[in-house]
Amino acid sequence: MKGRRGVLIVGTVLVLSGFGYLVWGGLGSNIVYFLTPTELLAKGSAAYEAPVRLGGQVVAGSIDWDPGALDLRFQLSDGTSSLEVRSKGAPPAMFKDTMGVVVEGTLNRAGVFESTNLMVRHSNEYTAPPEGHRPVDTYQTLIREEDDG
Amino acid sequence: MSERIDQRRAGVERAPAWLVVASAVALAAVIGAQIFGFRTSPPDMAMGDLQKIMYVHVPAAWNAFLAFFVVFWASVVYLWRRTERADLLAASAAEVGAVFTGLTLLLGSIWGRPTWGVWWTWDARLTSTAVLFIIFVGYLALRSFTDDPDRRGRWSAAVGIFGALNVPIVYMSVRWWRTLHQVQSTPETLSPAYRAALRLNGLAFLLLLIVFIAWRYRAARIERRAELVAEEAALQGSGLHV
Repeated sequence: MKGRRGVLIVGTVLVLSGFGYLVWGGLGSNIVYFLTPTELLAKGSAAYEAPVRLGGQVVAGSIDWDPGALDLRFQLSDGTSSLEVRSKGAPPAMFKDTMGVVVEGTLNRAGVFESTNLMVRHSNEYTAPPEGHRPVDTYQTLIREEDDG
Repeated sequence: MSERIDQRRAGVERAPAWLVVASAVALAAVIGAQIFGFRTSPPDMAMGDLQKIMYVHVPAAWNAFLAFFVVFWASVVYLWRRTERADLLAASAAEVGAVFTGLTLLLGSIWGRPTWGVWWTWDARLTSTAVLFIIFVGYLALRSFTDDPDRRGRWSAAVGIFGALNVPIVYMSVRWWRTLHQVQSTPETLSPAYRAALRLNGLAFLLLLIVFIAWRYRAARIERRAELVAEEAALQGSGLHV
């Protein structure tokens, strides 16, 4: 009985301190979900061929989408630096100019980021359309561009 | 007639009328608030009709946080005063909170797939919410494996307080760390067209949370009484029917 209580107290202290370290300790600032293009390029040669998440904004006008080959190229920018991203497959419907994205993949020796997974990182803004607006015009940008040629 | 006598012998009263009425009101409120949301919300400029998932995902998350606040408070009261009711209330709120957290994760996943492009990703918001869920599933497992009510109360109060301390971390995760999940929307970032519907659904889920906890608390007290009856019978060395 006494022994079990001791184990419980030691266990609780261990779990609490481990948790506290994770959250408030040195690790806190190191839990980096994605790197920005500037941070990735700052790694120099270590940036190449290493799997990483890269986040930023799609540079307006940089989207080059080939619907036949499902081949997507665009520039990803953090405002300071930008990298060319190449992705296979159709992106989520919300993907468009100036949208936030996070891509998983590796930077190849040619300086192109080869993405294996593209995720849209949208803002916390929810906006109702102005009077008479067709929402389809806004959120299906890629498909519309395809129709227009 | 005989059924009522049997119920009384087992220490079971009928559900109070207020609880039955409140449950019907809560259910009607959720249905009404959902209909209101669907009828008044125009498609969002960025994600179209997918915005409506907000009316279930966000209320579920808010009310899960509230449930864990109740767990925290009731657990502190139990450790302080050792009142059995506080322990049973904490357990009830923990169970409902776990269900609402599970709903938050599930609905968030359904929302994430068409908007972000993935069902799941290990960012700080999603990971910390999953940790919160697992802690409270563990809390419920711990309770069901511990027979001694004093020990059960003390241990689960400790886990309950520790688990509830996660809530501010989950809430702040989108501000403290880089995440795929966006930061909280505010009345400024939410078009007026969506505000009333979100608030109404939040309130409707709050009613649901209250009646769920009330029903579970009632069941917990009945279970506890049955435990005491069984204990007494075992001590007397005779059957339950005495």
